[in-house]
Amino acid sequence: MAACSCAPSLRSANFSLPVVALTAIFTGMVLALQSSTGLSRFSADSAVASLVVLSVTRELGPVLAGLMVAGRVGASIAAEIGTMRVTDQIDALSTLSTNPMKYLVAPRLLAGLIAVPLLVVVADILGVLGGFIIATAKLGFSAESYLNNTLTFMQTEDVISGLAKAAVFGVLITLMGCYQGYNSKGGAQGVGAATTSAVVAASVLILAFDYVLTELFFSR
Amino acid sequence: MSGSEGSKTMSASVPKIRLRGVSKSFGDKKVLDGIDLDIETGTSMVVIGGSGSGKSVLIKCILGLIEPDSGTIEIDGKNILTQDRAEREAMRSRIGMLFQNGALFDSLTVWENVAFGLLAQNKCTRAEARPRADTVLAAVGLDATVGDLSPAELSGGMQKRVGLARAIAAQPEILFFDEPTTGLDPIMGAVIDGLIVDCVKKLGSTAIAITHDMLSAQRIGDRAAMLYKGAIVWQGAADTLLNSGNAMVDQFTHGRREGPIQMELRR
Repeated sequence: MAACSCAPSLRSANFSLPVVALTAIFTGMVLALQSSTGLSRFSADSAVASLVVLSVTRELGPVLAGLMVAGRVGASIAAEIGTMRVTDQIDALSTLSTNPMKYLVAPRLLAGLIAVPLLVVVADILGVLGGFIIATAKLGFSAESYLNNTLTFMQTEDVISGLAKAAVFGVLITLMGCYQGYNSKGGAQGVGAATTSAVVAASVLILAFDYVLTELFFSR
Repeated sequence: MSGSEGSKTMSASVPKIRLRGVSKSFGDKKVLDGIDLDIETGTSMVVIGGSGSGKSVLIKCILGLIEPDSGTIEIDGKNILTQDRAEREAMRSRIGMLFQNGALFDSLTVWENVAFGLLAQNKCTRAEARPRADTVLAAVGLDATVGDLSPAELSGGMQKRVGLARAIAAQPEILFFDEPTTGLDPIMGAVIDGLIVDCVKKLGSTAIAITHDMLSAQRIGDRAAMLYKGAIVWQGAADTLLNSGNAMVDQFTHGRREGPIQMELRR
């Protein structure tokens, strides 16, 4: 029966796809626009493609997707488990020979670990696409040279490090949702407070761990 | 008086559930203050007491959901407080609990709720679960078609029945009922009480019910105990509740405003 408690988490990750996609594509577009005005001052317009692809895969893809998922999935996990807590459903699990940690928390952590990197793959692709659209339609780059630049500058480790970050963020988001929900008390108000805390804690942890992981991956 | 009755039974057999000196405080508020209680195998004990007298905490202590600060809780002569996790889980599989508001899992259907304990304890396969759930639902007077509904679609009385079905599905030796009739109309209350008595008899279980419904207490219980300020102030046969001769019980059962119990409106 563990499978059926995992399904809602994966479903909510699936429903996060449109919001993550929109965030990524607009971020890519803005990046291209901003970097071209900045870089043209140094006559380095050709660096637009590399700047977009590096920023998106290393940083903005995982971080922005993480923040969006924290707002959607972290909040829903905290609200769901919090409501289970204040309506005695978690106690009921214990009386039915079921470990609430195994039944409620473990599948959600696993779902976060798997689903957020998958979302970031989509975010990476759409972020680069956003940059491509602006660069070719507005900034006068040729499609061929922009794509060539993108592929030349993109390294495997850029993408992999971004996906590793995403996996960590996925665990942080679901862990915070579960923790705050599990320890909520005091009815509707308590569940509301738990939801807020889950999103805030996950968001701050995402930004903090982003720094730590970047330091770990890239500082030589 | 609990002492004299305790000694009478001690020589005969080990009570199913025995509490000695169970105390629990939350912060500086003492919720349970040295509870001594014996419940004989196959009997039903009703614990009455006002709101906030510690009834729910008492039940949660016996279930192992709350750890008491001191005292011993024995089931079949074994102290559950010193058991390790595996022993405690094995113990829990012999206990069923009907929660006050049902506590049904709202992400699952009714039949999945009823079969939950059976599946968790590997007492049946997934294929057998549905027919077994339907049998248990029938025992509490619910049609098999109810099994496909979600708990949110049920009335309060039906939720209580499903909660009862879930509690008895694994045929536990010990059953707990937390205010089984609260929030129900008097007729539905009587129906639920009747179901509880039937189920307990059929399974031969030992039962503990907490309630502040006097009619319900007399219908369900063989014996009764009154909890006041975290201590047992009276216990005796459930049918003597209305003429117990104890001033506190009298005030409580007859719902008088004046008496030894002063409502604490504010602390």
